[in-house]
Parts: sequence; C-alpha cells; structure tokens
Amino acid sequence: MKHRLAAIHRLVAGGLLATALALPAAALAVLSAAPALAQETPVRGGTMNIIVQPEPPLLVLGLNQQGPTQTVAGKIYQGLLTYDQKLNPMPSLAKSWTVSPDGLTYTFKLQENVKWHDGKPFTAKDVVFTTSKFLVETHPRGRAVFSRCSSITALDDQTVEFKLKEPFPAFIQAFEVSSAPMMPAHIYEGTDYRANPANATPIGTGPFKFKEWVKGSYIHLVRNDDYFKPGQPYLDGIYFRVIPDGVSRALALESGQVQQTQYSDVEPFDVPRLRQLPHLEMTTKGYEFVAPMSWLEINHRVKPLDDKRFRKAIAHAIDRTFIRDKIWFGLGRVPTGPINSVVKFHDPKVTVYEHSPDKAKQLLDEMGLKPGADGTRATVKVMPMPYGETWSRLGEYLKQALGKVGVKVVLESTDAGGWSQRVANWDYEITTNFLYQYGDPALGVARTYISDNIRKGVMFSNTMGYSNPKVDELFAGAAREIDPAKRQEMYSEVQRILTDEVPVVWLLEMEFPTFIDKRVKNANTTAIGVNDTYDDVYMTAK
Amino acid sequence: MTNRDFWRGFARNKGAVLGLLLLLAVMALAAFADILFPGDPWEMATAPFQPPLSGDALLGSDMLGRDIAAGIAHGARVSLVIGLISTAVALLIGVTLGAVAGFHGGWVDDAVMRFTELFQTIPNFVLAVVLVAIFTPSLTTIVIAIAVVSWPPLARLARAEFLSLRSREFVQAAVTTGQSNLTIILRQILPNSLSPIIVSASLMVATAILLESSLSFLGLGDPNAMSWGYMVGAARTMIRQAWWMSFFPGIAIVLTVLSLNLVGEGLNDALNPKLARSRG
Repeated sequence: MKHRLAAIHRLVAGGLLATALALPAAALAVLSAAPALAQETPVRGGTMNIIVQPEPPLLVLGLNQQGPTQTVAGKIYQGLLTYDQKLNPMPSLAKSWTVSPDGLTYTFKLQENVKWHDGKPFTAKDVVFTTSKFLVETHPRGRAVFSRCSSITALDDQTVEFKLKEPFPAFIQAFEVSSAPMMPAHIYEGTDYRANPANATPIGTGPFKFKEWVKGSYIHLVRNDDYFKPGQPYLDGIYFRVIPDGVSRALALESGQVQQTQYSDVEPFDVPRLRQLPHLEMTTKGYEFVAPMSWLEINHRVKPLDDKRFRKAIAHAIDRTFIRDKIWFGLGRVPTGPINSVVKFHDPKVTVYEHSPDKAKQLLDEMGLKPGADGTRATVKVMPMPYGETWSRLGEYLKQALGKVGVKVVLESTDAGGWSQRVANWDYEITTNFLYQYGDPALGVARTYISDNIRKGVMFSNTMGYSNPKVDELFAGAAREIDPAKRQEMYSEVQRILTDEVPVVWLLEMEFPTFIDKRVKNANTTAIGVNDTYDDVYMTAK
Repeated sequence: MTNRDFWRGFARNKGAVLGLLLLLAVMALAAFADILFPGDPWEMATAPFQPPLSGDALLGSDMLGRDIAAGIAHGARVSLVIGLISTAVALLIGVTLGAVAGFHGGWVDDAVMRFTELFQTIPNFVLAVVLVAIFTPSLTTIVIAIAVVSWPPLARLARAEFLSLRSREFVQAAVTTGQSNLTIILRQILPNSLSPIIVSASLMVATAILLESSLSFLGLGDPNAMSWGYMVGAARTMIRQAWWMSFFPGIAIVLTVLSLNLVGEGLNDALNPKLARSRG
C-alpha cells in the first residue's frame, strides 16, 4: 500500500530519477585505435559531434558523476591518472608517482605548466583541496577512498603526498577523472560548492574549454590553446548533441551527423545493423574501468530464496548464453562469478552453473519442493529493472525458463523511482540489477556482499541481506594486503565461496557498444574510453 | 419491435453483417485459443526472428522465438475480456449516475453533472495512464482505469434520455399508480432508453480495446498477460528488422475495432429503424 501512496510523487519524480539511475548504466564507451593509425601525422582542425544521452544536469564533475556528465566533463576536467585497458595507471595530470614499500605513502609529481581555463596555474594546492575538502563533501566514492588518508600534503608546488591510515592497494585505481576530478581551489575554496555561481561555466585544466550550452540541444566545447601538451588538442571543438529518441540517435549515426555514440545510446537490437555500415567502427573496449556486472538479485529474507539450493536451481534453470545472444544480441560475456573477467583478481576456477533444467529439478526435489497438480513447485515474484525493453525481455525469459522447472514467476512492473525505492527497502523477491566494478574488487565488488553494507534504504548496497563472516573477513583482509599474490589468494577463495553460495545469480558481464566514425583517430584508447580527454584525437578529411 | 424487425434492420446494413462476422471470428479465436495454440503464448517455441510462413510459425516469431500467431490468439482473449468487462463497469457507473440525475433533476442533477464534467475535463488517456501507474498494472486495475475514464459520455446520454422520458405520460401514469421511484426507473424508463445506450456501449467496447492496447504499448499492460498492444509495443523498435512482429498484432487491433464499429452502426440502424430508413 505504501508504494501506491508514493506513486503520485514518483510519477512526477520518476522521470528525473529514471534519468539519474540510468546514467551509471548508460554511460561508457571506448574504441581502440589500431597501432598502424597512430603513426600517421595528426591533422589539426575539425569539429567532432558526439551523442550525449540523457542530457547531463550540470558539468561540474566534482559535483555530479552521472555517465553523460563524465563523457562531456572528462574533456574539461582531468584526474591525476588515467588507465590503460589492462587497468594499469598512466600519467594524466600526474607525471610520475611512487608508492612506499609499506604501501602507506603515495607521492605524485605533477605535470608542469598546467593552467586552469581562467589562466591561473594548477598546483599541488589544488590537488590537496580537491581530495581533502571538495570530494569528501560531494562525491560518495571519493569520500570512501580519501577518508582512508591520515594526511594529504603539498610537499611543493609540483608534489603531493598521500599518507594512508592502513595499506589499501586499490588506492592507485582511484585517480581517474570521474573518481577524482581536480577542482580549482581558487574558485571553490571557502564557498558553498554546490551553490557556487561558477558551476554554470566549468573551469578545468583539460584540452577543451566550455563554450556554450543550449539546453535540450547541444553542449559546445572548444580547444584550450593553453593546454599543457604543446600543439594539442588537435580538434577545434566538440559538440555534444542531445538526442532523446533512440531511433533518431541511430539515424544520426548512420547519416554521419554524429561521429560517436557510447554506453546505451544505441539499443542492442540496432547494433547488428549499424555494425555493417562501412563508415563506422564498433568496439566494446574502453569500459574496463566500469566493468559492469549484471545479476539476478535475490532477497534472502524471503523463503525459499534463503536456501542456497533454490538459488543454485535458478542458476541451472536459466541459459545465460541464450540471454547474451538473443536478448543482448551478443553483447557481453557469460560470467563465472562475482568479479568481472576484465577486473583484477578475477579467478575462473570456481563452481560454474551450466544450463541444466534437470539439475535444477533435482535440487528442488532435494529441498522437498515437489510439483503440485499444475506442476508448480514454488511461486516467486520477479520485478525486472524498468530501464528499457531489454530488461523487460529478460523478465519474460526468466518467467519461461523458471516455469520449465516448476518455479512459477509472477512479473511485477514498476517505474524507475519505485524500483529503487523497493529494492533499497528490501521490498522485493527477485529483481535484476547491475553494478560497476571500478577496476578493483575492493572498490566495486566487496560492497555487494559484505554484511557491513546491509543498509536499509541505501541503493546499491548489500540489499539481498547476504551475510557470511568468512566472506567479510576475506574482503577486508584483501583490501589491506599489499602483496598481490596474497591478495589473489584471498580473492580466489572469496570467489569460490560466493559461487558455492550463489548470493545472487550472475547473468552477464555487460558490454556497451561504442560506435566511432572511421575518420576519427585515437579516440577511445584507455580503460575509461569515451570519458578520457581526447587531447590526441584528430579527424581525417572526408 | 420483434426480433425479425431487428434482424431485418441490422441486415440492411451490409457493413454491419461483415462486422458481425469478423467479430464472431475474433471471438472464436479467443474461445479456441487453447485448442488452436495449446500451451503458453510466452513460450519460446521456435527460433527468434522467423519470418511468416517459415517453419512452424505461421505468422513468424518474435525476438525470443515466441509464435506471433499464438500471441494474437491468446491476446484476443485479453482484448475482448478487457473491452467487455470495462464497458460493463462503465455502463453500471454511467447509467446509474445518468438515471439518478435525469430522474431527480434539480440540485441532484446539478451535482452529478458537475461531477461528470470534472472527469470530462481530464483527457481520457492521461487519466487512464495515471490510474494504472498508481495502482500498478494488472488486468483488474486496467479494467477499472478504462471504466473510470469511459463512463461520463454514458452518464450524459442516460441523463438526456431520462430527462425527456421523465415527463412522458406513461411515466406520469406510473407515478400516479404509486410505483416507487426505483421501479419507475428500472421498469418504465430504462427499457425505453436502452437503444442509444446499447449503440454507444458497443462503440465503447472498441474504444476500450484501443485504450488497453495503448496502455500495453506504453508498457503499462499486465506483464503476465499477452496482449496485442504489448506485442506492437515490444516489436515497434524492431520494425526495420522484423516487420511481421508489429504488423499482424496491429492488423488484429484494426480488424477488431473496425468490426465493433460496424456492429455498432448496424445496431443503430436496427434499433432506430426510422432514422435508418429516412437515410435511405
């Protein structure tokens, strides 16, 4: 009844919430340039058009990290590091860095001659301000990471030292532009960050400067002539086009009006058609940093879902290759366990659940769930994510697949606001969900399974209510272990335990298609792909 | 009027006969769906994206390999059931309110008509969407939502009929013989005002089917019931890859709604023979 009362509010708020929620899902894309192309001499000039969807609420990346915001603001702001597609750190605003042998001290040397877009120099003071003051107030992930520091000090104008309270090897993965965008201290220090009038005209250090934003239509960025890399960027500017309708986005790409789409801009069913077009290149690389994993989220507070044999039966009843091929049109990889295979410490040597309705039935028999007169052993409610038709199709598939082993599925439909409210408040039986993994299990995986993170009302926490002290201990231990071999051991063990207990049924390591016009070179070369600076991107003539 | 007059009046309209045949065919399809297409229409029975007339899918299959023909047969049930029940509910609400307003007149009439106007000022479809969204989509909530948005025209029609019949002599006679108001409404006035109500109710079934299809198209259908609107909505984005997925359910909607409209016309002719004859 309480959802019903809340429903009117949701109708109003639903659109906004849907946008906010879809952003993490909708946000990433990358293309890798062929090595041969890198040898060509870059051409200066040209303007690139990129889809941005949905329209970002604001461009100040320190205040808002939704997917589309990252793609646009990643050209305006920079982090200290970026990552290659194997997630190894690479220089961005930091020229070099060292980690002390005890894993407690991280020292970054900054690039020289870096200026903010208003002409003021970028120094270590800005880094200290951003990480010790700005982000801990405005950025949930930033707060979790930088609150682990006992001190953050500017040793001189070009050197910053982070001292940690205890070792946290995942720390080095936390410096890309969306996790820790550098913010100008001279503009924000001592002000109310969210109400600062400068938020309308973002000032960063990146290769492109904010020029104009026509709401509902486009965001225009132009070349920053004072960029610290001489001669770069090559492009005159970038237009980010807002096109809310999926069919129109596909058409804009087909007709060459835009040169790039990313994340969920192109619907999965359009991918096979657009891949055939000779002027486009499609890739699923460049999402290694977010590495989304989707799963069937199961509420362990509901019987019989609390029995791991029932969850195993579900895992055997569904055909994940079918889901990947027919519902996601081949985009994605069938997962083995909780850690995405492109993320560090993934271990494939775990219990794997092949598609086998017979095994599923056997497990249900073992539990004493015998088929009734109509063949039904149990009834569960499945609430698919309200994020578009791919997820609805998945719900329809689950109903059929589970029905075949005698588990009757009642589908529930909901809007985006209602969905997150119900999941966060544990008011569901089975739903679908996906989370980003951010390059390291300590940053993006542990949060789903540790019992500390069972927090009612908080979305993307351990909403299933899964609790295993051994799992808690292994995740905590691995997060502070600096020896990579020992970390691997702990993460391998935790993956073995989790795949045996199946707290959620992992469905798909999701891949997003990035389409880039073949005239565009060097785009999408890192683990953050389309969100990177594009300072070395250029376009050849038609 | 005898049955024969009625059928003669109805049959004079060729379109109405065609409509009735079509409607009977749709009803037969709904009634025999389980025999023609046994099993669940959601079943992924064949390979995805089969074009029509290939393999075992007469009208092709959709993106998950579900048989379009089975979906249409089972969807006919949902459409007809929703159309009929929601019209029945709308009749109940509309005729009751209209009768009370028309019979009593005065302040009761004013109050009921202002209440009706309140509903008429809100666009039908928007109100239906809001209602279904609030009460979460299911067959029951969809029926209620459609009934709630459909009754006002019926109420106005019933009121007009009652207003004019109220002052006729046979009603005055019933009053003088001491019949109760309820008896007069039910036994004297209502039977004499039925013709226009039946005609508009038959058209309302068509509107209700369209409303249900539109709701399902928008994803506000019952997620557990196969319906035509859902089929068109789900297939819409794939129209370039698989036209048959949206084409056949669309045709089913068109034919059913058309048949109901033709039948409505025929009923009009049969029940108002003077009007029909004067039209030639």
